[in-house]
Amino acid sequence: MDSLLNGFVQAFDLILHLDQTLFGIIFLSLKVSGSALLIATALGLPLGALLGLKRFPGRDLAISGVNTFMGLPPVVVGLFVYLLLSRKGPMGFMGLLYSPSAMIIAQTILALPIVTALCHSAIVNIDPIIRQAARTLGATPGQETIAVIREARYGLLSAVIAAFGRVMAEVGAILIVGGNIAGYTRVMTTTIALETDKGNFELALALGMILLMISFAINALLHVVQQKGPASGS
Amino acid sequence: MKLLATNIAKHYGGRTILSDCSYTFNGVGPYVLMGPNGCGKSTFLRICSLLEQPDAGDMLFMDDGIQLPHDIALRRRMTLVLPRTGVFNTTVFNNVAYGLTVRGVQKHVVREKVGSVLDFVGMAHKERQNARTLSSGETQRLGIARALAIEPEILFLDEPTASVDEENTAIIESIIGRLKQDGRTTVIMTTHDKDQAERLADTLLFITEHRIAEHKR
Repeated sequence: MDSLLNGFVQAFDLILHLDQTLFGIIFLSLKVSGSALLIATALGLPLGALLGLKRFPGRDLAISGVNTFMGLPPVVVGLFVYLLLSRKGPMGFMGLLYSPSAMIIAQTILALPIVTALCHSAIVNIDPIIRQAARTLGATPGQETIAVIREARYGLLSAVIAAFGRVMAEVGAILIVGGNIAGYTRVMTTTIALETDKGNFELALALGMILLMISFAINALLHVVQQKGPASGS
Repeated sequence: MKLLATNIAKHYGGRTILSDCSYTFNGVGPYVLMGPNGCGKSTFLRICSLLEQPDAGDMLFMDDGIQLPHDIALRRRMTLVLPRTGVFNTTVFNNVAYGLTVRGVQKHVVREKVGSVLDFVGMAHKERQNARTLSSGETQRLGIARALAIEPEILFLDEPTASVDEENTAIIESIIGRLKQDGRTTVIMTTHDKDQAERLADTLLFITEHRIAEHKR
């Protein structure tokens, strides 16, 4: 109990006097997860919209597939990306293993199904009356589609925020493909795992608290966004 | 613009809704369409406004003796106000501006037209409010305002006062009355309120046995 309390005190101290190493770790975490999120959104949003708006053969299968991949275990993704990027793997020649790029690839794979599936569901949940209203007011088919997507905007934003929460908290995949190299691929979650192993609880706790604060901020934002979203009205 | 429904037929799941249904709309109306629930009033309106395709028959739109093709240009000369308005999750102003925005109307013109239409339906003070927070009566008026903003030649109203309180019903009826006075917009509406139909109609129509018939008064 004492060590826990002591840990908290020292953790606060570390947060208050944010040192270079700690700052670097936090910054890399945000950079890796942010980049992964950006790529996943750029791909997932149009994919989700396509699944939500178009009818095509194999659509149901695609939706089931995306939903299944939402629950991908990070370590499995880590292993998969590791095999892909390792020297003997098909993409080994790029020399990306144990680099931030490898971590971004792994987290993109984790975030993509989440963004896609939640964007799809945000769009299919829009009342069909919206499309009809747009049509009666003189919208072209393209403008109708824009009206539906615009109506789903809060749901789409929720999808992105949810995916960010998932990748920020993830450790399995980036540990495998990033290697937790100090000053290069060490991020918050991998540091926590390592420092806990070493019995160095203060730093682990400090990072844990920062991670929680970021998590809290993400969820608070998500809550505000969802309050604004559809659900009521005619 | 003259509107001719010729031998319209429509079936839903084996059930006949309309069959060999013909009528010519060539005045400003208001035309008020009556009939029991499920008789095909709404279906007829949706077919007339090109929101749905008939199974047989044709909708002909004639302008100076020329038949107009069913394209976006024609669709933009009329509009249907749905019984459930389909409010966009944004301000009242943006809702009313929508029809003008999709037509590429310039911003200052939009501003002016939306302002005058909101005045017309008595909602100028609600301009900045989120349209989802309106009461059901106000929502219905918003639907009418949104339609009037685009200055349609034909305005279809599907049960405009079905779920609306007395006060808002009176306001909506007075809006329809003023449109009739202006004489620029053909109003074709449905209602199941007989007294309302008597009050508003220039021509009273009934759907019986899948066909439309004029009610002689």
